[in-house]
Amino acid sequence: MVHTSLDVVDEKISAMGKALVDQRELYLGLLYPTEDYKVYGYVTNSKVKFVMVVDSSNTALRDNEIRSMFRKLHNSYTDVMCNPFYNPGDRIQSRAFENMVTSMMIQVC
Amino acid sequence: MGSGGVARERGGARRRMADAVLFEFLHTEMVAELWAPDPDPGSGGKKKSLSVLEGLGFRVGQALGERLPRETLAVREELDALKFLCKDLWAATFQKHMDGLRTNHQGTYVLQDNNFPLLITMGSGSQYLEEAPKFLAFTCGLLCGALHTLGFQSLVTASVTSLPACKFQVVIQKS
Repeated sequence: MVHTSLDVVDEKISAMGKALVDQRELYLGLLYPTEDYKVYGYVTNSKVKFVMVVDSSNTALRDNEIRSMFRKLHNSYTDVMCNPFYNPGDRIQSRAFENMVTSMMIQVC
Repeated sequence: MGSGGVARERGGARRRMADAVLFEFLHTEMVAELWAPDPDPGSGGKKKSLSVLEGLGFRVGQALGERLPRETLAVREELDALKFLCKDLWAATFQKHMDGLRTNHQGTYVLQDNNFPLLITMGSGSQYLEEAPKFLAFTCGLLCGALHTLGFQSLVTASVTSLPACKFQVVIQKS
């Protein structure tokens, strides 16, 4: 399901490129809703894509909360990139990153 | 260098100046350290030192390419990436903008800096011209790494005819 949502992300990115609209958003919004889950997307300047899957039963999540979660993810990812012991492309093993993600998920549930 | 950018956002001008000087000293030591202890006088040793310096710059460039573009989608095409290098990257690392950018519109760009901070302390004119390339290797890697993070494979070379002005030639590789 995450793989199909990646296809939707690619669609949106290429649509942004073709349309001459000055689309300066990194946040891609709700990609598509299915019965059980909502999928949100976010792409960085370095073409790194974040995909967030949220249980549909959780209706309390507002758009700007999702945006702030993506912003935190982006900031933590940037910190991981700046870590000289991290080689770009490797699986992320930073405990700080994992703690941030875990605390975000706990906040939501 | 990431912390230098953050310091600027907090408005600490004095702190910004200290960052620049620290980087210059560190860079000088890096070059001295990587160049000196080579028992093999052949050009093989020199090439290796240059590529080590470039590799250092590349990794730093990758990290800066991730941290510097803020929030908005900054780069939609090649020219945007080059403008980012000349303005944002150069301002964050050397506290100035690139002085000139020329292109043949076919993937080759020449970035000109008339007063390159890492060469200013070495002198002006043609003295020390042979020493200059090793002080530019790190910066070539920096440009290459930042472009790589933004999605462009490139080949960056530097040339000096008269210190402290230098030119960086960037050739974007078409995959």
